[in-house]
Amino acid sequence: MLKQTEGSHAVAEAVALCRPEVICAYPISPQTHIVEGLGEMVKSGQLQNCEFINVESEFAAMSVAIGASAGGARAYTSTASQGLLFMAEAVYNASGLGLPIVMTLANRAIGAPINIWNDHTDAMSVRDSGWIQLFAETNQEAADLHIQAFRLAEELSIPVMVCMDGFILTHAYERLDIPTQEQVDAYLPPYEPRQVLDPREPVSIGAMVGPEAFMEVRYLAHAKQLQALERIPQLAAEFKAVFGRDSGGLLHTYRCEDAKTIMVALGSVLGTVKDTVDEMRDRGVKIGVLGLTSFRPFPLAVVREALKDAERVVVLEKALAVGIGGIVSTNVRMALSGIHLHGYTVIGGLGGRAITRKSLHHHLGLAIQDKLEAVSFLDLNQEVVERELSREREKRRSGPIAENILRDIGVVAAKIS
Amino acid sequence: MEMQPIKFYQTGTFTVGNRLLEETQRSVQANMERTNSLNSGHRACQGCGEALGARYAIDAAMRATNNQVIATNATGCLEVFSTPYPETSWQIPWIHSLFGNAAAVATGLAAALRVKGRHDVRVIAQGGDGGTTDIGFGCLSGMFERNDDVLYICYDNEAYMNTGVQRSSATPPAARTATTMPVGPQPGNVFGQGKFLPEIAMAHNIPYVATASVAYLRDLENKVHKAMGIHGARYIHIFVPCPLGWGAPSHDTIRLARLVVETGLFPLFEAEHGEVTSVYNIRKRVPVEEYLKPQRRFAHLFGRKPAVEVLTRIQGLADRNIRKYGLLAAGA
Repeated sequence: MLKQTEGSHAVAEAVALCRPEVICAYPISPQTHIVEGLGEMVKSGQLQNCEFINVESEFAAMSVAIGASAGGARAYTSTASQGLLFMAEAVYNASGLGLPIVMTLANRAIGAPINIWNDHTDAMSVRDSGWIQLFAETNQEAADLHIQAFRLAEELSIPVMVCMDGFILTHAYERLDIPTQEQVDAYLPPYEPRQVLDPREPVSIGAMVGPEAFMEVRYLAHAKQLQALERIPQLAAEFKAVFGRDSGGLLHTYRCEDAKTIMVALGSVLGTVKDTVDEMRDRGVKIGVLGLTSFRPFPLAVVREALKDAERVVVLEKALAVGIGGIVSTNVRMALSGIHLHGYTVIGGLGGRAITRKSLHHHLGLAIQDKLEAVSFLDLNQEVVERELSREREKRRSGPIAENILRDIGVVAAKIS
Repeated sequence: MEMQPIKFYQTGTFTVGNRLLEETQRSVQANMERTNSLNSGHRACQGCGEALGARYAIDAAMRATNNQVIATNATGCLEVFSTPYPETSWQIPWIHSLFGNAAAVATGLAAALRVKGRHDVRVIAQGGDGGTTDIGFGCLSGMFERNDDVLYICYDNEAYMNTGVQRSSATPPAARTATTMPVGPQPGNVFGQGKFLPEIAMAHNIPYVATASVAYLRDLENKVHKAMGIHGARYIHIFVPCPLGWGAPSHDTIRLARLVVETGLFPLFEAEHGEVTSVYNIRKRVPVEEYLKPQRRFAHLFGRKPAVEVLTRIQGLADRNIRKYGLLAAGA
């Protein structure tokens, strides 16, 4: 059904249609509206046969989900940023135990300095935890990916994280197609656990494993992600058959035919990137876009296939691997082993800084002339950086960095652009 | 469950004169009906109080629930010695997730059982003192506060034994641990720190809180049985000596577990909704030295020049418990 709704609420409705049995909620911006929506649905009786638990931390949220999932229940939670870091130990535990929990990650920067706005640092910090990570480009895709996520998680018995850009998606109102219960029921069968704690058939879960078997257990997690590489496109195709629209899959290409330059990105920024590419195409530049939906598993072969005929790839990243530069680009380059093309990393949008077409034009303009630096920063105010560096050279007690910089640029309240 | 207070001890030992009780009143180590939830063959040390406590507690819970128990377990000795892959000593459904989340995992399990309509199946969370009073405290307090239908059992051996005897917030004053060495002007763990979790549990106004000691197995079984008859958050704190960590002979586990009660250092009581409802009366009051002396973790208090002042302070702690909980039987 088409309706005008907030991204968070659409996700709450999609999750509710998946008939979750245990939802654990802990507030952190910008995911709060999702669990608030679900909480209201459980309390009003709209979502039945579901336990909604207000926990005391994100660590507890994931731990309660672990217990619920091991008890055979379909479990869901949602978090962002610091919350994900606070639950990190349990995030690894959930995947290590092979429990098909689904979690929304409303992508947000990680402090210090504390910042509630969007970037992808949180998701990237747990990229190797064994969770599947799917990135939504739009709110429609965010809602749809949750329905696919439960199916994928439960089939493979591994947890799935659906990443959606905080505020940009979570708080945006737009027209969305919310599926019917019949559609979701036709797509998503009831949860049949591979392992369950039940006195009728006692098992021990979470035994201590030494060097004699640890490698194999970890490798199995990898093997399951490789299986997911095959299942993700199939599930997207089945999704289209039931719901009538394209959502999910490993990646999407846009105007990549005959493209010499391809920009790779993930999440909501793809809209801006596509608009920029349209404008460049109008000027005759042979340029295209590769939008990654599945970051874990990373679709090496499909990425390679999509990029192999290009001359250069520019990866736009909303996270910074401090001390090296790019994270996504490192992964992309893994896909390009043996292929000679120019690779560029553009770091942008950190802490919610707007990624504008103007800035993208500038960087892509340099890239197509192969004049772009290997790692560059979109709209970085170098002057501000230099001022702080010189302050630190001049005196030992130069003071708190973030506060110095805010004083320099005269910002009294958060400003996005 | 009926329970007759035990008044018989075998002369010269600290073993209860079980055989002087009626058969129905005995705590029995081995019989055909026992579930052996924590089965033999595990890798606990000789004389491990935690293994004994867990075996009696979980078997009692099984008897009370017609064998419908699922347990979660914090990281620690109990987890490590019971489940070295590919073996397990647990005859019940059991999960180990992390060090600090046994209570939260139990909350999730209880929620799953509720939503599945499995109202007969009950959940127990277990952890050592480190997993309970320190790293797992947030999750535990959350579980209490929400009054989730979980019995949490803390096996308290007063330090992080699994990692090599480091101080926890349950380590008593003056005790030597690897991180409170008996050196410097104030040897061992300092006074004025640490927490007594049963009282913090009571402050949550949960339906049932109890303390127990592995020297009083019938009392322990009785408290677990009682706890399983109640719904909501429940807490049992069991005193379990650790021969290795305390530097005490394996055969002294029961003796120490009894002396800690008879000195008043560890009060045995029950509380319902935040109010103490019963206490175990000390029958023959014992000075704290008798409890401390056999343990090498307190050896620095004795030596050639006994630390009289420290011993007096520890006696003061025992006296305070006796006063606070009214532990002396009339006429004792």
